[in-house]
Order: sequence, then structure tokens, then C-alpha cells
Amino acid sequence: MTPGSSAASASSTLEGANIEARVDIAIVGAGPAGMAAACSAATAGSNVVVFDDNPSAGGQIWRGLGGESSEASESARRWLRRFRRSGASLQAGSRVIGCGPMPKSLLVESQEGVRVVPYRRLILATGARELFLPFPGWTLPNVFGVGGIQALAKSGLSVETKRVVVAGTGPLLLAVAAYLRTHGAQVSVIAEQASFGALAWFSRHLLRFPSKISEAVQLQSKLFGIPYCCGTWVESASGDRRVESVTIRQGQHRWIEPCDYLAIGYGFHSNLELPALFGCEIRRTAVIVDGLQRSTVEDVYCAGEPTGIGGVDLALAEGEIAGYAAAGLLDKAVAMQPARERWRRFAVALEGAFAPRPELRSLPQADTIVCRCEDVSWGRIQAKTSWRSAKLHARCGMGPCQGRICGPALEFLKGWGSESVRPPIFPTTVGNLTELEMRSSTDRGAGPRQAAHDPE
Amino acid sequence: MREAAASVLLTVNGEAIRVKPGVTVAAAILTAGQTAFRTSVSNQPRGALCGMGVCMECRVTINGRAHQKSCQVPCAEGMVIDSE
Amino acid sequence: MTETSGQPDVLIVGAGIVGAACALEFVVSGLTVTVVEAAVVGGGATAAGMGHIVVMDDSEAQFQLTNYSEGLWQELAPQLPADCEYLPCGTMWVAADEEEFAEVLRKHQFYSTRNVPSQILNGPDLAEAEPKLRPGLAGGLLVPGDGVVYAPCVARYLLEEAEKRGARVCARQQVAAIGEGVVTLSDGSSLSAGLVVNAAGTAARTLVPGLDIQPRKGHLLITDRYPGFVRHQLIELGYLKSAHSLTSDSVAFNVQPRLTGQLLIGSSRQYGLEDPAVDYPILSRMLRRAVEYMPELAQVSGIRVWTGFRAATADKLPLIGRAPGFSRVYIASGHEGLGITTALGTAKLLVDQILDRPSAIPREPYLVERNFPPHA
Repeated sequence: MTPGSSAASASSTLEGANIEARVDIAIVGAGPAGMAAACSAATAGSNVVVFDDNPSAGGQIWRGLGGESSEASESARRWLRRFRRSGASLQAGSRVIGCGPMPKSLLVESQEGVRVVPYRRLILATGARELFLPFPGWTLPNVFGVGGIQALAKSGLSVETKRVVVAGTGPLLLAVAAYLRTHGAQVSVIAEQASFGALAWFSRHLLRFPSKISEAVQLQSKLFGIPYCCGTWVESASGDRRVESVTIRQGQHRWIEPCDYLAIGYGFHSNLELPALFGCEIRRTAVIVDGLQRSTVEDVYCAGEPTGIGGVDLALAEGEIAGYAAAGLLDKAVAMQPARERWRRFAVALEGAFAPRPELRSLPQADTIVCRCEDVSWGRIQAKTSWRSAKLHARCGMGPCQGRICGPALEFLKGWGSESVRPPIFPTTVGNLTELEMRSSTDRGAGPRQAAHDPE
Repeated sequence: MREAAASVLLTVNGEAIRVKPGVTVAAAILTAGQTAFRTSVSNQPRGALCGMGVCMECRVTINGRAHQKSCQVPCAEGMVIDSE
Repeated sequence: MTETSGQPDVLIVGAGIVGAACALEFVVSGLTVTVVEAAVVGGGATAAGMGHIVVMDDSEAQFQLTNYSEGLWQELAPQLPADCEYLPCGTMWVAADEEEFAEVLRKHQFYSTRNVPSQILNGPDLAEAEPKLRPGLAGGLLVPGDGVVYAPCVARYLLEEAEKRGARVCARQQVAAIGEGVVTLSDGSSLSAGLVVNAAGTAARTLVPGLDIQPRKGHLLITDRYPGFVRHQLIELGYLKSAHSLTSDSVAFNVQPRLTGQLLIGSSRQYGLEDPAVDYPILSRMLRRAVEYMPELAQVSGIRVWTGFRAATADKLPLIGRAPGFSRVYIASGHEGLGITTALGTAKLLVDQILDRPSAIPREPYLVERNFPPHA
């Protein structure tokens, strides 16, 4: 561990910290946006480092990319090849938990501990997580997210012979239903809350995106025989200590579907914690960026889902622009803008078609848990007037997930925006935070440690 | 046995199970047919939800260290996993 | 804001724990009350701090107020709803060496002569009482009457009790200025009252210029759940080693168990700062100090760090009384790290003054006149 320092001057050093050499362009997230940014940034010969918590690149949508049994699309494999040849380096198993202790630096945690990574430019490509909406029984074991069940399956969960209900909203339902079936699951129904009219409207929009049409056609064949019900949602889940059946509602019609697993998710919510911590302006759950993907903070760029949920193609386009722009290749960045605009239109269509319907707001009952970390029920939260008062007076959002699950749900249920984020953005050991003191080099051998005895 | 080289042995709440290398602890727990990873603050059984390290519901104690997100941890030979 | 035809007897600025306690005490004493709160009830320093209820011995005046207040807390405790998380865990003052152990003996003597129960523990006793403390410490002093509480819920409870008895709460209204029996809100409107009480914490000094209240920034870290890790509120006696400075940054070992099983780790003090951003170097020093006393804390999962600002006065005593130069403005602020402890006593002393009734303890040390700089 080498504290950076200068011996003779009175500059500050970081006591005990593991400070790495400065990175030209640091990228947080090795999903599609991060990979695309790395590829384009590296063409300028910049020293590019990508940080990702997972063991390999791909993010959520391309999880397990490059593994032997990878079922990735041709596009994904192409991008992985490009990424590997780009000259950018990937630090896997590395989680950015906050800003570093000096300006323009990251605090990165891995199994070995924490390190400080200074950067010249930063690209935040932190992706998104699933949006979960509470309903009676949603906390039962074997209720998973839609992306969640796929992530678990890709990391070793066998779904063979399992009866699975797939529910919620969005194209992901189809992709995951197809994946589950391919792996031997019995998908009994796909319950899509969007109305028939919304889906018809979306299909017309799809006509402008041939690649999407061919994806849809391929999925259709894999899903033959599985009822795909629109205007349909899960009202409740039941079971003794794990889910055993769900009650499905379509209009005035209800029925009970037995199942082993319920995969349910209502779209996505961007991972905004790191942009918020860096002070980037965020409006209506999207980071504000300009045409070159620059945020409102100097030298901080943002690409992919955090600038607005839009899917993989938009993420790739934004990533490329951010990478070129951060590396100073502005002409190349600008050249990518038409592609981005095109995929933005697709994103708008997605958002319009699959917005969760108002009926979903009446699903939680008084005793339905909303904050899962702290077991705070809807009845205790309903009467509160703000996210902050729900937090301070009912403990909602005070648990380890720090409001990542209940926050977006309450945004939908109550229209509340969450408040400012606190570091570390993921839990870390106390020990990992004890190596970040600064001492001026003229201060070596400072006097006895001072202590304040007053409590608190 | 020839199969032993291609699998990892671990203990989940006292039950010995074998999984393929690379499988996460969460997948291993579910494969063992166990569904409750942890008990919530009001004593409800809970299991994995998001599969990507965000929801904190899949936390278990691994080799004596509490609060590990099992969906993010690959299984290692001899691991001892206990529900929380 | 529309003014009601009858103005309240008292208008309280700030619904932190001090303001809320004052509101209840005023209505119980027969006065009509309006409370004006800019944000969330108990959402300022009340929410940021440790919620420690502790008897202190820095000075006779500090002892009187904290001891009196602690008695009031013990009376209130049975009525507090469960979400107030009142935990009578006591305070364990920790002595690392013989010099600090001499302080244990002195403190014990001080408390005994004033009928505050405390118990001296030698090294082995301390280790048994708190097994996660590092070996080799000299001992400690347990003060069993102390406890911890989750203050934002107490503030809300006290305010609700005041509302049940007729108090009015103006929520999400920011006070921009205080005058004789009147406050001006940030939207330009004004509210009149018989008296105004400035219980606005660190903002008190902007509303009544001349008050010498300085923000003192602190950091805290809260962990995941580790029931049984710590049994008492732990505070080090290591301050003896330091030059008792009023101007430089300092940290002290301070760990508290919550009913939830989470640990709250503190504490830090920084002067003259108003930026709420987390200061990693001082956080690091604070946590390093904590790990020195409890090595296993190094492996504990920390889920959140935040900062807060204590309202501090130069003599470490709060301001409870009429504002100099005013006849209808009172101050209840400047509680530094003892706001939770002394909120109940503060309310009593303030109402005593206004209703001209005797107080259980002398009120002179907390009067506001002492705090105003002398006129040139």
C-alpha cells in the first residue's frame, strides 16, 4: 500500500490507503453501455478501466456472456469480442461504493478490500434494476423478479419441471418465458398488465425496428402454446412458507394458478445512486445529459439506463457516444447521435406501452409489506406525506437495500421522489472505511490523538 | 468418484449438497430445495428476489460471516452456509 | 396561511425534539400553541444524532439539567409507543488505562454524592459485561439509568399528544424572521402569537441574530443487525489525553446498540463547517478509533453513513430563556450533543419561566443573556 505523496512539500497524503495510478477514463458498469463506452474510448489510445461487481462483463441483460454455455445473441458476442480486443481493462468483482476521498476519485471495493482510483474522466453506466410492486404474498420465498429468475437460472438454479407463472410487464416477460421453457420449465401463463390496445400500438411501432421484429418472431415460436394474456396481472400470491399459487385477474375475471415459482417484474428503475452521489442533476428518475452524454458535473458522463430506461440498443448507442466524447473524439461522438435518436424513439414507445396501470395501486392491503428490509406495511406508510417522513417515522428504506426496492414502488404508489443518497452506496465492512485518513506530510508523527468525550 | 472433480461440496443448514462449479450460493440453496434464506424482522421466511445483489433478501451467513448476498457469491468447496 | 381570529399564546419555531417537548409542556400547562415546522417533524439534528439519554458531569449545571431530564424520560418511557425504541441499556464509560480509570473513580464519586447510581467495573468485569471490547482495558463505569431512544418518533409522539390537547401544527412552512410576538414565513405571510419560542436548532442563530450558536458537524455510521454485539452505550474516557480543544477536529469511540440489533457508531466533531457531505478522512479516523476498542467491528457490515450538525454554545450549556432585547421571544436551542437528553427538562424550565413558577433546578446557568457578546 503506497500513499501517494511528495516528501518535501506540504501536500496531503492518504494514510494507509491503497491508491492506484490515475486512470484516464474510468467506466462504472460493464453492461452494454459500459462495454460500448470502453470500446470507443479506447480507440483514442486512452487508458480505460471498467469496474463491475460481477465476475464478467455483460451486465444484467448479457449476464454470463462468454461462458461456455452462453446463449447470448450474435450482437452480444460481437460486442464482447470488440471489448476484449479494445485495450480497455476490466476490473471484475469490483464494486464502486462511493466517491473517493479526494476530488475526481472512486472508492472501489473488492474481496481484497478498498482502493482509491483517481480518474481524469468518469463514465457512469450503472444500468438498472427491476421495478417491483407490492401485492399480498409478494414476500413469499420463490417469488422472484423476471430478470431475477433468469439471473438465478444463469447462475445455477435448475428450473426443470418447475411450474412457473411469468407476470408483470414488458418484452422481458417473453424473453424470460422462452428462456425458462428452453430450460425445461412449464410456463403456465404469461400475465402482461398492458392492455391489448397498448400492445397493438406498440407492435405498430415495432414495424420501424426490423431487428426487433425478428426478435419478436423468434420468441413467438419458442412460446407456442403458452397463454399470453394482456390486461392481466397477479393480484396475490399464497402459500405456506413459499409460494404455492397465485390469483390472477383479468378484467372482472379471476382465477387461481398453482405454481412452484412466480417470476414477476414491472419494468425497470435506473441505478441512480452513484450519479446522485456525484452530484449529477437528476430529473424524474433520469440523469440529465447533453448531446455528448455529459452530466451536469464536469468530467462525469452518463450512458445507458440511468439517462432514461431505453433498452440495450439505446444503451449501446449512448455508451459509444460517451466513450468517444470522453476520449475527445467529438466528431465520432456526433456521428453516433442519429442512431441514438432512433433508439430513443423505441424507448419512448416502450415506456408508453408498458407503463404500469393504475389498478396496480390498489393491490397492496394494509398488512402488505412494502419495505422488505424493515417489514414496514402499507398501512403504516399510507398516511405519511413524504418519503422522508415514511423513512424517519416508519423506518421505510432504512434497511440494507437503502430503499432500492421500496423507493421505486412508493414512487408509483404515492408519487414520492426519494431523497438524497448516503454513502456507502452498497454495504461495506467498517474496516474498509478505516484507511482513508489524510495527513499532511509535514505532519508526520503528530501529537497524541485528540478525542471529544461529549456523547454523540 | 470421477464426478467429484466436477462438483463442489457444501453444507446448507447442515445438509450436504453437491453443485457444479460456478454455481452461486443462492442457486445452491434453491437446488437443495430450501426456500428460506433468512427470517425477516417480523419473523417471515424470505428468499432471493432480484437475483442481482440489490434487494438484500438472499443474505445468509457463509463460513461464519453474516449478511452475505448469496446471489453474488460463487460456491467454494467446503463452504458452510446458514440461514439468518 | 390564514390567521385564525384568536392568536395562540405561544408559537414554537421548529418541531424537533426540543420544540415538540415544549409544545406538549405548554398545552399541558394550559396555553394554546402553534408549532411551525419547515420540513419533517424531528427531521433535523433530532434525526441525525444518536438518541442517547445520559447524565453528564462536565459541570454542575450540565449535571443538573441532564439528571433532571433523565428523570423525566424515565417517567415518560412507559407511555412511549414501540416505534420510539426506548432502550434502558445504560452507559458504560470505558477506561483504557490507569489514568482513565482514575477518572472512573472520580465520576463514581461525583454521581454517588448526587444519588445517581453507578457501578465501577475492573478490567475482567468490563470484559464480561462487554465481551467484544478489546482485552487489556482498565475498566469502566456503568450508569444504568441512562438509555437510548429513537428520537424522531418521540418528537412525533410528543407533537401528536400536544395536538390531541389542541396544539396546531403548520407543516412545511419555513420561518424567515422572528420579531416581537410574530414570525414571518418565507412566503411573506406572518403569524402572530403572545410569545415566540425559537427552537430551530442550528437555524436559531439566523432567526435571532446575536445568539452565539455554532454548528458542530458530526458523522455516524449504522450497521446491519448484530443482536447482542453491544449491550450498553459505550463511550471512551480518552478525552483526558487530549488538549481540550475547541477548534480542532476530534473523534471519540462511541457505540450504541439499537433495539433492532443494529449498531450506531460515532462520534466526530468538526468546527466551522456547514457542508453536509461525508468527510472521508474524519470518518476513517472515527471508525479506526472504534475498531481499536472493538476489533470485531472491522468485519461488521456498515450500511449507511450520514452527517448532522449540533447546535453548540461556547460553554456547552443550552440557551433556555428570554432572548435579550426582546420581551416576547424566547430561545430553546444550543443543546450540542445533549438535545435528546435535555429536551424534556428544557421544556419544563422554559414553561416555568414563562408562567413564573418555580423550577426543579436552578435556571440561571441556561439563561440567554450570558451568551450574547458584551456590548461595546
